[in-house]
Amino acid sequence: MKLTRQDVEQIAHLARLEIGTDEIDGVVEKLDRIVSFVDQLQAADTGSVAPMAHPLDMAQRLRPDAVTEQNRRDDYQRNAAGVADGFYTVPRVIE
Amino acid sequence: MSRRTITELARALRAREVSSRELAAVALARIEAADGELNSFISVEPAMALAAADRADQQLARGEGGPLTGIPFAHKDIFCTAGVKTTCGSKMLAGFIPPYDATVVSRLAEAGIVMVGKTNMDEFAMGSSNETSFFGPVRNPWDPHRSPGGSSGGSAAAVAAGLVPAATGTDTGGSIRQPAALTGITGLKPTYGRVSRYGMVAFASSLDQAGVLTLSAEDAALLLGAMAGFDPRDSTSADLPVPDYAAQLGSAVAGKRIGLPKEFFDAGLEPASATAVREALRIYERLGAKLVEISLPSLALSVPTYYIVAPAECSSNLSRFDGVRFGYRHEGAQTLEELYKKSRGHGFGAEVKRRILTGTYVLSAGYYDAYYLKAQKARQLIADDFRRCFADVDIIAGPTAPTPAFRLGEKVDDPVQMYLNDIYTIAVNLAGLPGLSIPCGFSAGLPVGLQLIGPHFGEGPLLNFAHVYQRETDWHTRLPPGAAVGAPSGAINGGIAPEGAPTGAPTGKPR
Repeated sequence: MKLTRQDVEQIAHLARLEIGTDEIDGVVEKLDRIVSFVDQLQAADTGSVAPMAHPLDMAQRLRPDAVTEQNRRDDYQRNAAGVADGFYTVPRVIE
Repeated sequence: MSRRTITELARALRAREVSSRELAAVALARIEAADGELNSFISVEPAMALAAADRADQQLARGEGGPLTGIPFAHKDIFCTAGVKTTCGSKMLAGFIPPYDATVVSRLAEAGIVMVGKTNMDEFAMGSSNETSFFGPVRNPWDPHRSPGGSSGGSAAAVAAGLVPAATGTDTGGSIRQPAALTGITGLKPTYGRVSRYGMVAFASSLDQAGVLTLSAEDAALLLGAMAGFDPRDSTSADLPVPDYAAQLGSAVAGKRIGLPKEFFDAGLEPASATAVREALRIYERLGAKLVEISLPSLALSVPTYYIVAPAECSSNLSRFDGVRFGYRHEGAQTLEELYKKSRGHGFGAEVKRRILTGTYVLSAGYYDAYYLKAQKARQLIADDFRRCFADVDIIAGPTAPTPAFRLGEKVDDPVQMYLNDIYTIAVNLAGLPGLSIPCGFSAGLPVGLQLIGPHFGEGPLLNFAHVYQRETDWHTRLPPGAAVGAPSGAINGGIAPEGAPTGAPTGKPR
């Protein structure tokens, strides 16, 4: 199946990624090549194989339900582009 | 000009032939002199380095400290360093100053390592040539028109050129082993879970693993011992004791079985690289090891499997970069959705965007089973191949990369060609195994890497195999032409001067 420009625009929307009009053709062409390449996997016989999500046979650890971290909000917010009164600021969402 | 191993420098420090401050000054001067061309560092931290070196010197003067105390070192710019810019090779994080240290960084600092700077890398570790870095490509010290490999290309070039004796790297599909091979140094990717991922910017969380690029297996053993071990802050960190890797070095390999996957020696392998790898295997044979042909029949599935699994995990991990909490924010957005789209669209480079889009596609409704689930099943087949082989052999050996260093720009327009460069390394990540690359010869003047792969948590025997080879050969001591040019001479170098290390033209035979 060949990826179309509409497909790629839809995927880019799902990924919340702006693709410039000057780059869209190149992105469609290269993405189509990548998808065609990984498509060769369809020929592999994986009938009864159990899917492998993780390389080691390990279970998620549990820990005591205790507070282990301090509040470092000010430290973390130093890297934000916009903060006010301890909140992160973004463009107006509600008109 | 010489490159000195950590082991050699530690000896000189302990004998007080040289101080840590002098070593840090030499490293900083070499970076200043050589890195304008190499571009292996994204940031250099002279004041911090000299302060850490002074602390190390005080420790050494009291007779304290260990084998890493006072050694100059570089971290790949994927590891968070408190108060020091951590860019991950991306415009997205060009101004990011972490409020904490990665576990790898804090453990090595506790061991007395002196960080002089942060090394260049492919953007978010996505690349095999270092050309996707927002900060420009790194040059290979063996030939400035060629790539040092990637994604840990800055670390590899810096170590190969003698700017620092060792550096950290990360390996998701070959990003430590391939650049080590292409620059003629030693690169170790430990077992998945052996080293904490805490504070290491995430690319593909079921594959990412931290390791080191060094001048010898012995140095890699010292560093791994300090970095490895359980970390409650990493939910997939293995809760297993850390053996004394350095103490395991030197044991005999006689009687050990080395598996040679026939798929590693197929038509895709450049002939001179094949010759160098086969020569290396003969050395093991001479030492009494037995070479056994094995097969990894699902190996051909590994690159397509990886390019479903890794982008899927990447698209999820990189969703955190939204222009709100940290990272690049586009200032021209009118709505929240536009803020996300523009910040991500302008903050990420072309390869990162391709991988996010690929990952989003394979995880999207209607395609999940055909791609992601299919790839998880193929991953199981690949891991099964290794499980079966390790029932019969102690170690697996083969080439690290299909060709020596390629020219900058050669593969940059063809992502699939670039992906295929990792054909021999990717399966190791999918199976979560430890692997390393050591230099084993040259092809037309460019280094060739021998890859050794061990069973889960088999780093001790793996490093021993590499060490035993390095005792028999001198490939790992070969210097690229003009390594560390312009380094200061005189008293500072007096204690660490070269002792007939072979340089330049790589014409020698194993001794």
